[in-house]
Amino acid sequence: MEIPYTVELRRDTGLNNGKIGIWLFLASEVMLFGALFASYILIRTGSPSWPRGDSILNVPLATFNTIVLISSSVTMVMAWASLMRNRFGTFRLYMAATVLLGGVFLVVKYFEYSHKFHDHLFPSTNNFLAIYFTLTGLHMLHVMGGMAVNAYFWGPGAKLWKTDPAWFTNRVENSGLFWHFVDLVWIFLFPTLYLL
Amino acid sequence: MSEHAAVAGAKPHAAHEVHHEELGFWRKYVFSVDHKVIGIQYGITGLLFLFFGFSLMMLMRWQLAYPTTPLPLLGSLLGETRMPGGTMLPEFYNELGAMHGTIMVFLGVVPLAVGGFGNFVLPLQIGAPDMAFPRLNMASYWFFFLGGVTMLGSFFVPGGAAQSGWTSYAPLSVIAGTGQTWWLVGMIFLITSSLLGAVNFITTTIQLRAKGLTFMRFPFFVWAQFVTAFLLLLAFPPLEAAGVMQLMDRVAGSSFFLPTGLVVSGQIVSNAGGGNALLWQHLFWFLAHPEVYVLILPAMGIVAEIIANNTRKPLWGYRSMVYSLVFLGFMSFIVWAHHMFMTGMGTAMAAFFQTTTMIISIPSVVILTALIISLWGGSIRFNTPMLFALGFLPMFGIGGLTGLPLGLNVADIPLHDTYYVIGHFHYVVAPGTIFALFAGVYYWFPKATGRRMNETLGVIHFIGSFICMNVIFMPMFWLGMAGVSRRLFDGGAGYDFAQPVLHLNVVSSWGAWTLALFQLPFIFNFFWSIWKGAETDQNPWHATTLEWAAPSPPPHGNFLQVPQAYRGPYEYSVPGTPKDFVPQFEA
Repeated sequence: MEIPYTVELRRDTGLNNGKIGIWLFLASEVMLFGALFASYILIRTGSPSWPRGDSILNVPLATFNTIVLISSSVTMVMAWASLMRNRFGTFRLYMAATVLLGGVFLVVKYFEYSHKFHDHLFPSTNNFLAIYFTLTGLHMLHVMGGMAVNAYFWGPGAKLWKTDPAWFTNRVENSGLFWHFVDLVWIFLFPTLYLL
Repeated sequence: MSEHAAVAGAKPHAAHEVHHEELGFWRKYVFSVDHKVIGIQYGITGLLFLFFGFSLMMLMRWQLAYPTTPLPLLGSLLGETRMPGGTMLPEFYNELGAMHGTIMVFLGVVPLAVGGFGNFVLPLQIGAPDMAFPRLNMASYWFFFLGGVTMLGSFFVPGGAAQSGWTSYAPLSVIAGTGQTWWLVGMIFLITSSLLGAVNFITTTIQLRAKGLTFMRFPFFVWAQFVTAFLLLLAFPPLEAAGVMQLMDRVAGSSFFLPTGLVVSGQIVSNAGGGNALLWQHLFWFLAHPEVYVLILPAMGIVAEIIANNTRKPLWGYRSMVYSLVFLGFMSFIVWAHHMFMTGMGTAMAAFFQTTTMIISIPSVVILTALIISLWGGSIRFNTPMLFALGFLPMFGIGGLTGLPLGLNVADIPLHDTYYVIGHFHYVVAPGTIFALFAGVYYWFPKATGRRMNETLGVIHFIGSFICMNVIFMPMFWLGMAGVSRRLFDGGAGYDFAQPVLHLNVVSSWGAWTLALFQLPFIFNFFWSIWKGAETDQNPWHATTLEWAAPSPPPHGNFLQVPQAYRGPYEYSVPGTPKDFVPQFEA
């Protein structure tokens, strides 16, 4: 049995199933991070004092990480565009770059975290650090999730390219939409936590 | 963008279209991707959890009716840490209360209404071969299952299960025992499950509906599930965020919900402070008010189907019902703080939320009124599903109308922490939603099994349940108006003012235990009918919607020919036609 509109587009909606599914998923993700940002605002406005982010956190490192993530979004688009142009070899290169850049982000984050722990700065220290660790931690889990999916499409998942290239291209596109979302969350996180 | 890709992909896809193979036992019944099997898995698990949650309540009812009296027989079996000598400890009572609410809402009613009926009926009613993402569907069930196991397992950790109410209000929940951590982990599983389900339902409804099935030709049940899926999709993530923060508070020692200078047992808690206990309530009710509509909308959908079918008339005001439903779904996101009038969040907030609360009652009344007017002039068939559907109407009516005083700030304050609230929402959910769910079981049982359930046993089940439900919940309004708090482990026995109404606790308790007896005919009927029930054809109720075009039980892939919708969903008693129904699927 085949599920209709897995690859081909439904005439009246102009979409396939995966595209709707990923956007719905992203909508719920917006609510997840939205609730955390709202909590941040509520806790911050209710505090008599609140540290400036740059007095505790390392802004140059985070700026570097921002550049890394934005670059990985670019390579993600290039990976998808390569598939659209039927160039599987370049897809593999760009996809590998995307996963590796995600890895660079995680390594930098690891140094940031361990530096904080070394300075005895924990979620229990104050609510600024609590929200910092919660938001960046949850974001990091999303980065890992995106890397896992992208690595799958780079490796074993790429078999689908041989049997159903259109479906494979759609999957990479949807994975890319998630990756861009994760990138976007960081672009909100960075100024909120590090600069304000 | 992906149009080229789509064209390129059309060919290899069509090539391997018909490819049936026999699946083994595990793939067919346990790790199945078939929406019908998953729906039945959800349904049976949900029914089991409903019964388990009800059993917890029956234990509590003993304590409320006969406080500090040892429970004969069963009491001594529950162990010294729970009921030493058969007498219930307050901590155990709190466990039962918190877990009764959690299990009934998140593991009983929602899985049955959305996971069970939604999964089984919705793809059939829109003429789809399956859900849009069958494997996600399976994952959704197994996340739900893991969540259920976690919740059950929490009874056996040191200190027992969560004790801070199904609402898990902070800071009480933050300083509570290990069971609360299990509760949070269990909730994260359940939220993941409902997220996957919601994505699947919405995509399926939009993409896989049959040719000719426009949105305004949807059966009302499909609309109800569609709106419900949006509520689950958008309201649950904030609770997930709140759950993560509470987990951080409990495990990593942060203070999101712990205010500065919090005193517990005469000692200042040594946390950093600066948190906000009300924040938890806001995030919790941001989910939990839409959750109320997750409980009620599928029920309305089921009742609408059954009423149209058994009055042999189109639904009165189908369009206004649909618009009301969509409006209800939207409004349910901006009424949450009417659960928080007691917290002192401020009169400006209260004024806003009582206004939106009064507004949201309008579409509910529109739907209920339309259903009642639909009965007018119909030649009603009083079969078991119809009896339960008819029972739903006044019960939901009582539940809804008693909610109006609670929606107003001033009237809410004396009533909020009393049994009045318990009576109010149980009328909505227990004789309301659960009756609708029973109606649905009796109504779609022939589709799932090819056999009907026994009518006589069904009628006994209905009459017994209807009387008992009212015996249980009606006295609570009196208890509440007499001022008895709903949070007392002795049911008010310690207070002089409560003495004149305490006998109502006994009435209520005996009602609950009798209700359990009247579920036995249902349980027997359910299993007996699977094998011995009267065999039926594919459309035993002479219904019009698409699910009745499939064989009973439908095979994997559902329909023998690709179905098509030619007209609206409720073409009953159309003048000039030979039968009193014209199915959607007949040209």
